[in-house]
Amino acid sequence: MGLEPYLFLSATVFCIGLFGVMTRRNTIGILLGIELMMNAVNINLVAFARYTAMAAGFVFTVFTICITVTEAALGLAIVILLFRVRRTVMADHLDLLKG
Amino acid sequence: MTEQITFAALAIILVGSALAVVLSKNLFHAVLWLALALTGTAGVFLLLDAEFLAAVQLLLYAGGIITIVVFAIVVTERLIGERLTQTNMRIGGGALISLVLLGFIVNVLRKSPLPAARPEMSVDLTRVLGELVLTRYVLPFELLAVLMLAGMLGAIYFARPED
Repeated sequence: MGLEPYLFLSATVFCIGLFGVMTRRNTIGILLGIELMMNAVNINLVAFARYTAMAAGFVFTVFTICITVTEAALGLAIVILLFRVRRTVMADHLDLLKG
Repeated sequence: MTEQITFAALAIILVGSALAVVLSKNLFHAVLWLALALTGTAGVFLLLDAEFLAAVQLLLYAGGIITIVVFAIVVTERLIGERLTQTNMRIGGGALISLVLLGFIVNVLRKSPLPAARPEMSVDLTRVLGELVLTRYVLPFELLAVLMLAGMLGAIYFARPED
């Protein structure tokens, strides 16, 4: 099997994640969409690394997974903090920076 | 032939659960679907001969992130005192943009020359990965450790109890 099916799969998952980020109104839901997109990127990285037989691609994937986890932990901490201050997690109501 | 069937099954699980993540009305169900999607991704990694990455994926993503997200939902729900429902907004526009992007990517992929078969990998990938991380990529690896420490400290600081 060629590289193409993996790339199509990852593109599909990426676009579904993008759809979630754009349409979800709950901040946690938006974060879930971002996780999906990151996940699609990881599939892409591993597939390319395997089909070019370059181990550096796998090392890179370890880095992206770790950075994504850190980002998710921080993002959720910010959501909890925002919730404490504004009593809502709906993105529409988080207009603190609106002039 | 087995590879195709496994890939097709994994692709169906992955795309189906990803759709459920972005469309499910109940936020808690969405997180559980995300767990399934992340586990499916670990399966794809296994299919690509990356056993170590599949394990990392299961431990960090499916284990770590799902726990954190469930925790965040429970905390915010308990404080609100009512069920968190979540709705989607501007579904038409979002679907249009996503589909246009998908069409664009597929179009580019169709035109580009891609390897049709995977080269043989005689070496043990986990071993090579460990060696690379501690020799050639040791500086980025240490920086990653510092980044994770800073991130965790920041998360604990943000979520500290009110005084």
